[in-house]
Amino acid sequence: MHHIVLERWSRGTSGVHRLDPRAKIVPLLALLAALATARHALPEFSAAVFAMLCAALLAARVPLFPALARAALVLPFAAVFAAVCWISGDPARGVALALKSYLSALAVLTVVATTPLPLLLRGLEWLRVPMFLLTVAQFLYRYLFVISEEAQHMRKAAAARGTPQRRLASGGARFRAAAGALAVLFARSYGRAQDVHRAMLARGFTGRLHPLFDLRFRRADAAFAALASLAPLAARFAVERMP
Amino acid sequence: MKRPVIETRDLRYRYGDGAPALNGVNFRLEEGECVALLGPNGSGKTTFVLHLNGLLEGQGSVEVCGLPVERGNLAAIRRKIGVVFQDSESQLFMPTVLEDVAFGPINRGLDRPAALERAIAALKTVGMEGAAARAPYHLSAGEQKKVAIAGILATDPEILALDEPTTFLDPPGQRALAELLGALPQAKLIVTHNIPFALALCRRAVFFQDGVIVADGSVEEVVARFGWDFATASYPRR
Repeated sequence: MHHIVLERWSRGTSGVHRLDPRAKIVPLLALLAALATARHALPEFSAAVFAMLCAALLAARVPLFPALARAALVLPFAAVFAAVCWISGDPARGVALALKSYLSALAVLTVVATTPLPLLLRGLEWLRVPMFLLTVAQFLYRYLFVISEEAQHMRKAAAARGTPQRRLASGGARFRAAAGALAVLFARSYGRAQDVHRAMLARGFTGRLHPLFDLRFRRADAAFAALASLAPLAARFAVERMP
Repeated sequence: MKRPVIETRDLRYRYGDGAPALNGVNFRLEEGECVALLGPNGSGKTTFVLHLNGLLEGQGSVEVCGLPVERGNLAAIRRKIGVVFQDSESQLFMPTVLEDVAFGPINRGLDRPAALERAIAALKTVGMEGAAARAPYHLSAGEQKKVAIAGILATDPEILALDEPTTFLDPPGQRALAELLGALPQAKLIVTHNIPFALALCRRAVFFQDGVIVADGSVEEVVARFGWDFATASYPRR
């Protein structure tokens, strides 16, 4: 069964992995807020944030370059808005937007890559993120791979029955085939959701997922959360006061 | 005569598109009994099982442990009957095996230590205690089936309904499952096409055809009557 690299990274055993998820989510929010509201000396502040995130990834023994590359997935989306800013005569804003987007994605990736999803969701629950959203996220994560495998099976089945290669099929035929496959995949996913719901009801589900373990927030977690929350704020304060 | 734990009378059901699925099923399962539900694909076996814990609602009457299957009794009924679904992938929805197996006991109101104890004991019963911390999607299909069964055993039901429990299991896995189920005291309903498995576990079988039970007797009699006994022998050679 395939599973994503992030999930494998999140099952590490480093000190960063062992921290309570709340001790990572709170600094993440502080960093995102500091980054989003930064106006002056952005290149210097960005360099400081980048260094902090790289240090966290190295401390967590997460492969640095693959992580940096994965965070860049956000750039195509940010690039559109950056280009709009550039064309409208404000290239500095365009660069700032791209920088902030990349660093925000890297920060989120650092937390996700060092926290198993169940714990991350528990941490978010503590932060009063609506339970419904968390349940949807949990199920999406659980069944994403299953649906992806179903899509791969369908592709193989189509290839086995001599479906024309991509290059040989005309645009219209390709579109019709893709639309049909998507419809079948949607129907299968709907059927799967119905089966999962039945299985949950059969075991007494009444609308709420009850956690099996409590999170433990130790002194070390508190110290890390305080330091890691203050670090980006201090860095921003320092760079904005540089001559 | 022993106490009936399941009793259905003239159970009828139509799918959303109007196609009939059950056309008057009369069935009785007694305490401690193990019955094989046989019949061709699409004959209504799974649909019948889904009526037993109120997941589908048809016409006619269904009683489980003396309780009519109706909205007010569903919580109590779902405590009494554990259903192992055909597709384990859909039954294992929690992030880890342990959380999944403990899902039922926690929903039944057990406190967390008791639910954990129940879950670990159930995993030991199926020989999967070593997988407690693993994610269900990292398990093989056979392992998923065992964990799905553990999830039901952890709820300590009075009746077990298993839909195609040998699917995806290799022959040693099927044999181990037959031994495991044979040692459990609960009344059992086993939907299966696996005749040797049915013979190993059940004395009685019913045969579904077009949404009704058309035969009820010993497994040997029923499979012989419908020519399904070839499945216990070797396939004809050319």
